Order: sequence, then C-alpha cells, then structure tokens
Amino acid sequence: MKTFGGKVLFLDRSDINTDEIIPAKYLTEISKEALKPHMLEDLKLEGFDPHAASIREKRVIAARSNFGCGSSREHAPWVFEVNDINVVIASGFARIFRQNMFNCGMLAIELSEKDIEALFEHSGGAEITFDFEADKLTVSSAKGSRTFAYQISEFDKALVKAGGWVEFADSKY
Amino acid sequence: MALTIAEKIFASHLRDEPFPGTKVLGIDVVMCHEITTPVAINDLVARGKDRVFDAGRIKAVIDHVTPSKDTKTAQQAKILRDWARRHHIKDFFDVGRNGVCHALFPEQGFIRPGYTVIMGDSHTCTHGAFGAFAAGVGTTDLEVGILKGVCAFRQPKTIRININGSVPEGVYAKDIILRVIKELTVKGATDCVIEFHGDVVKGMSMESRMTLCNMAIEAGGTSGICMPDEVTVDYLWEFIAPEYKDKTVALNSFKQWWSDEGCEYARVLDIDVSAMPPQVTYGFKPDEVKDVTEMEGTPVDQIYIGSCTNGRIEDLRIAAQYLKGRQIAPTVRGIVSPATPKVFRQADAEGIIKIFMDSGFCVTNPTCGACLGMSTGVLAPGEVCASTTNRNFYGRMGKGGVVHLMSPAVAAATAIAGSIADPRKFSKEVI
Repeated sequence: MKTFGGKVLFLDRSDINTDEIIPAKYLTEISKEALKPHMLEDLKLEGFDPHAASIREKRVIAARSNFGCGSSREHAPWVFEVNDINVVIASGFARIFRQNMFNCGMLAIELSEKDIEALFEHSGGAEITFDFEADKLTVSSAKGSRTFAYQISEFDKALVKAGGWVEFADSKY
Repeated sequence: MALTIAEKIFASHLRDEPFPGTKVLGIDVVMCHEITTPVAINDLVARGKDRVFDAGRIKAVIDHVTPSKDTKTAQQAKILRDWARRHHIKDFFDVGRNGVCHALFPEQGFIRPGYTVIMGDSHTCTHGAFGAFAAGVGTTDLEVGILKGVCAFRQPKTIRININGSVPEGVYAKDIILRVIKELTVKGATDCVIEFHGDVVKGMSMESRMTLCNMAIEAGGTSGICMPDEVTVDYLWEFIAPEYKDKTVALNSFKQWWSDEGCEYARVLDIDVSAMPPQVTYGFKPDEVKDVTEMEGTPVDQIYIGSCTNGRIEDLRIAAQYLKGRQIAPTVRGIVSPATPKVFRQADAEGIIKIFMDSGFCVTNPTCGACLGMSTGVLAPGEVCASTTNRNFYGRMGKGGVVHLMSPAVAAATAIAGSIADPRKFSKEVI
C-alpha cells in the first residue's frame, strides 16, 4: 500500500481539468518519471507557480468540485504519483479521474462542500494525516487541528490495499 | 421491473459483483490508440503477462499523432503496431488506413446495440449512439480490459433528455449538444449516462447522433446513449445482414435494449429547439455557451473543422455548403481534417475537398492532432481558434491558446467572415 499524508497543496478552484494537470503535449512520454517536471503546468489559477520549490514538498492536493474533468489520461494521477502526491481531496471528482486514482492504488477523497470549506481555512500551511482503516483524516495548521470522516467504497478501499486494479483483477478474474 | 437501457446492458454483461454497488462487466469491444495503450502494453510485458483476452474483440488505431511527428510519437506508434502484430489483432489501422478512432470504428461496423465498449479515451461515449454502453477509461482499466476482458463500474444513474421541436435553419446536432451541456453543467451528469430521446433525435442520422453522444463526457456523463432504431439498422445493415432475415427482424431484436416504459430516471430534461439559434462557447469550460448572436465579431486566427465530434461526411457537407464559391478571410487560416479515409474519399468524390481547397482551407490527413494541441494545427500563445471539436479548455489546442466550440456551419461562416459569424446570414449552395 502507498503512504498517504503530508503537506497540503491547496488549489482554490473547481473544474480543474486533466489538460491543466498534464498538458497533452507530454502524452508522447511513455515513462511516468518523464512527466515529473510538468505537474499542473497549465493550471489557470491566479498567483499559482507550478515550478515553485515549495510545491515539491507537498504530498496531498485539496481542491473544490469536479476535480480531474476532461480527458481520460491516467497521466494525471501518474504525474501526482511521481511527485509523491498520492491523495487528492475535493468536493467532487470526474468519474474517470477518480477511478484512475484508485486503480493506481491512490486516494481520491470526497468531502462535502462544507467540509472542504473548513479544510480550506487551514490553507496558510497545513499537514494532513490519515487513519486509513478508520476512514478519517486530520488536518493540522497554525489554526489548530480538525478531523474529518470520509467515505470510500469497499471496492476502492480494496484497490488501495491491493496496490491497484491490475493486482486486484489479476488475482480474481 | 422497468429498466433503462444501461441497466439492461449491465444486467446482461455482469460477471461479478465483488462488493455491493461494484459491477464487473464483460466487455464486448476494447479499443486502443497509440497515446494511452503503450504504457499498458509495457506494463503487461514487465509483469510477464503480455497476453490479450480475445484478439477479435480488440481494435487498435494510430490516430492522435499520425504520421508520427518525432521520435517519441514514432516509438508510441511502433509499440502499438508491434503489439497488434504479435497478438494477431486483425483490426489494426496503421498510417494510410487510419482515422479518428470514434469515427473509424463505427464506420467499420464494430459497434452493436447492447454492447459494452471501453477505450483509453474520454470520448468513447460516442459509440452509445448505437445503443451501446460505451465508456472512456484510464490506462489501468484498459490494461485489465486487454488482459481479462472485464471492467468495473458503479451502476450508473440515467438522465433522460427529450429533444423536440422543429430544427431551425443553421442549427445542427452540435448546437443542440452545446445547449444540453449548458443546461446540465460540466459536472451535472457525473456517474450518469445520458439518454437522448425525442422527435429531433429520431430524425437524426447516425452521424448527428454520434455528435450528441460524443460530448456526453463534457457534462461528466459516463456514456451517451440513443435508442437503436431504423436509422441504426440502416447504418449497420452492410455488417449485420447475414445475421438477420430482414431489417424488421433486426429492428425487433434491437428493441430489446430500449429503456422500458416507467423506468427510473435521475432527471428528465425537455429541450425545445424550435427557437434556438446556433450555439458557441465562450470561456474555458464546455458549459460556457452563448447564442452565436452574442458572440458575433469575436476575432479568430484559425478555424478547425474535424475531430471525433464533427469530422464526418455530414459535417464536411454542411461546411462546404457555405464555403462553395467563397474565399475565407485573408486574416485567418482554415484547417479541415476528414476524420477517416472513407470520409476523405467520399468528400473528394462529392467535390467537397475541392471546395475546401478553393476557399483557402488546408486539408490534412485524418488525425486527432489539432484538437488536443498535439500536431497539425497547434495554436501560438494568445491565438484564438474557432473549432468544431469538443473542449475549450485553456491551452487545449496549444499553450496559451483560446478555443471557441461551434458547429461546422458556424465554423464555415466564421472562416468567411474572419470573426465569429452567424451562418443564418450566409446563403448556402447545393453541393
């Protein structure tokens, strides 16, 4: 199983699409590692610098609704994975992106808009820890700490434990 | 119990339900292209599992960058080509025989009502036009599909769209689907399939129905679906004739998939198109849609007609009706990509290729290239493209470039005017 948790990259936007996460011109790469420098390169977000050194320390992404819409490219989870970001938390995901995350043994955590709002109150500089078995995450920052309960399906949880869909399917079908 | 078409397809293809709510379906057709498949192939090789579940049910095409533009794209093409050869995948389409996957595969008769279809491409929802459940997936789902012939889904809900009224002059399937996305928003159909009903859909060609279903994903939909009818039977007849005594028998067989009277819909949306003007996107999301009258005069640098949304013969005919005998504005460049070799030949035979060239358009080979800014029409930063494609994301057609989505009719009028224009103000020539 992958490790989950760490410093949080807050992206205060809805409808972040997979073209923004990894532009199509890099889809000619056939190694995941080659994607690494291009994470969020085309993100349209005021004041966001995809090449800022601080981004390399982040281990969790938090965003608003409909994260990962658009293209089916699994390069989007992969570019996070090779940058050691194994979790995205949002108030909603596009179906294909969400499934791609779990298929790679990564976490796409859906919180209510109210909880996302509460999470974003910590956006000055926060860390998140996970209790994977209990389906809980705790955010800590200068503003204190708060624990949120979340739900993922039994299937998605099994994928994360198995290390991904190939591993799960190969042993079962 | 009254079921939707998607529920019927799920029930008939269910292989396993490992957990409540998770449906593992048997897949009838696994489609592959050279961008999302090579990583799956390499991973299967690395795992010592370089096998395919059924070579006859796998279809493969090089379409995103073709002919290859550099060493990397040549390597991607080679990985797919070598794999198709060593696994004896008969339906592999290489340079010269290749076309945009979601135009080429239907044209080859690969899709049937009631099928399950997956591909590592979000616009796979196009194939639902035939009454299939067709879903875009990532590379890992594709890899398992190739190896095991299964894919896992949550049971989708269904949104029913009733499209009625009389279609006004200058309005086409593209305008209608843009209006639908505006109503649903870019996330309104997440985890849902979208059924298209109504007199307007019944009167549509398969090409137009594919345009509708193609953009279901832009509202977050898993698959677009049309009920298979006489039009579907006619389109498929050359492929299915040996299986049925006559077209009536085929139609009656197809009807088994129709959503039942009284089935459960998550939402029903009625759209009357009678007073609808042509539609154009502004902004950077496909639900940011306005009437063309509000967008007229917006300057553009490039016009692109093509893609899995609007690169079929019907689309080229529509554009050519406006372009015949006219020149595109000297300030713009026009690019048209017939979506398949068959479309290209047909357009050539009908004099449409000549109309495009005489008007000043560049005609490319069939490819997805420009739509996602990979080749054959990449924008420079700050440039604007009037495009018949499906995504207006910022930078989609080239870093810093802006895209306005529209029908082939609006695109043709825009090419002539040099800025976004209303096709209803232009005369059409019979071609």
